[in-house]
Amino acid sequence: MLVITCPYCQEAREEEEFSYAGEAYIARPAVPEEVDDATWGDYVFHRKNPRGWHWEQWQHVAGCRKVFAVKRHTVSYEIAGSWTLADGKALYEEEQA
Amino acid sequence: MANRYSLWSLIKNGLKHHESWQPAWKSPQPKKQYDVIIVGGGGHGLATAYYLAKEHGIKNVAVLEKGYLGGGNTARNTTIIRSNYLWDEAAHLYEHGLKLWEGLSQDLNFNVMFSQRGVMNVGHTLQDMRDIERRANANLLNGVDAVVMTPQEIKDMVPLIDISHRTRYPIMGASFQPRGGVARHDAVAWGFARGASELGVDIIEQCEVTGLIIEGGRIKGVNTSRGDIMADRVGCVAAGNSSVLAKMAGLRLPLESHPLQAFVSESMKPCIDTVVMSNAVHGYVSQSDKGELVIGAGIDSYLGYGQRGSPHVIEHTAAAIIEMFPSFSRVRMNRQWGGIVDVSPDACPIISKTRIKGLYFNCGWGTGGFKATPGSGNVFAHTIAHDDPHPLNSAFSLDRFATGHLIDEHGAAAVAH
Ligand SMILES: Cc1cc2nc3c(=O)[nH]c(=O)nc-3n(C[C@H](O)[C@H](O)[C@H](O)COP(=O)(O)OP(=O)(O)OC[C@H]3O[C@@H](n4cnc5c(N)ncnc54)[C@H](O)[C@@H]3O)c2cc1C
Ligand SMILES: [Zn+2]
Repeated sequence: MLVITCPYCQEAREEEEFSYAGEAYIARPAVPEEVDDATWGDYVFHRKNPRGWHWEQWQHVAGCRKVFAVKRHTVSYEIAGSWTLADGKALYEEEQA
Repeated sequence: MANRYSLWSLIKNGLKHHESWQPAWKSPQPKKQYDVIIVGGGGHGLATAYYLAKEHGIKNVAVLEKGYLGGGNTARNTTIIRSNYLWDEAAHLYEHGLKLWEGLSQDLNFNVMFSQRGVMNVGHTLQDMRDIERRANANLLNGVDAVVMTPQEIKDMVPLIDISHRTRYPIMGASFQPRGGVARHDAVAWGFARGASELGVDIIEQCEVTGLIIEGGRIKGVNTSRGDIMADRVGCVAAGNSSVLAKMAGLRLPLESHPLQAFVSESMKPCIDTVVMSNAVHGYVSQSDKGELVIGAGIDSYLGYGQRGSPHVIEHTAAAIIEMFPSFSRVRMNRQWGGIVDVSPDACPIISKTRIKGLYFNCGWGTGGFKATPGSGNVFAHTIAHDDPHPLNSAFSLDRFATGHLIDEHGAAAVAH
């Protein structure tokens, strides 16, 4: 059972209060009409699916209902932290740079 | 065959106190070069190697497995076999697999204990029943056997099931595929390994692929924990770890790896002689030859490579089973485990060439690939041998995620296994 902290409610709660909402920070092509089918298909369907650290979205469905970002390891299931989407994005972009 | 199994060989070896049986497959040292390398020694990888050697005469083949044979999903699944898929492409592919199952023990001279005890998919709502009627009709048009059953017919076949109106989601009917059933998972891996080894394939365990050697857009070989091994053609059949291998080639796949759990009970007297699956309450159950109830349900929602899931999923599964079989509430569960399944957006596999010449992927079978083991290996071997897909898997290429020609089996194909 994962124990997740909601950055809005500021409380650690069991996974059952949350619902998983997929990979975080997938950039939508800025002008969809201008990209080719392969680029659009990549955006819609292809995923990083890493074996290791993963930036993902969770929704606090049984609480404040807000969506936020979590950095979690996909083998050990260890959670490095959770942030609002905006705060997480700054960290995520720093990591990617 | 060095070690042909028969009644006669059983008697002969019995007289020698069973001390002179030979190992079922050889464990050679890896060579420097092969015609084809298969990455992943699960059922699908071993079947691919077997059919490459048997049907395409390509025998200089290595199967590289990072752990031991059948330590992945092959030996972690709940062994349900059926072919009652909704869409033509999927129905034809899985039916090809089912036909191969029907002759597999004889073909391999290895008892895979394929038991056609039938698979029942029960419906609990009017919409379930409409979907069941539609799917059964689609199946019949594709030459796949299908019957629609009333609650009373279900009860006659499975006396322990609760068809009363006391339940929260009363059972309104079911579809039934008489030719579906179960098989012994380990035996499938061992049988294909033995068959392939006999035809000259090298099966190399404890050999992890850590990199793909690519030059000028062509595959040249693989880096492994036991040194580099060269080949002009490499087929990746790594189930839950497919995205990890794709990354080594700079490719992205439309896959997400999730834990999927299953559990078995203590052994009991025979009480259920078919497979019962429910999409709506989400659980399924069959009884193994040892008498254990074999139970499973849905994936854990999050990405995970940990081969374990969360306990609340077990609780939901148990609740679903008890909803259908109240008498099972006193049965004790013995063991629980998880496997990593590679789920694709349309719940259909990817059996495909890639933009790297000579590199092929067979993945995305998700929660339901065991049933396809022989069929998957058979068409993938064709794809590799001809550098061109078999007619049965041409619709299952990676391109479909750019063209939009998805084969949407999510929800269409009863429960997901
Ligand atoms: C709990 C559970 C229940 C299921 N129930 C059903 C069911 O009832 N019916 C059904 O049809 N399907 C079912 N499935 C799905 C089915 O098990 C899989 O779709 C199928 O087994 C996948 O193919 P495989 O057998 O080749 O996979 P695996 O046995 O997982 O083979 C892949 C192999 O690749 C190896 N590998 C990975 N990376 C590397 C590397 N870098 N180098 C070398 N080797 C590598 C792995 O060690 C592994 O042995 C279930 C799965 C699970 C987990
Ligand atoms: Zn909250």
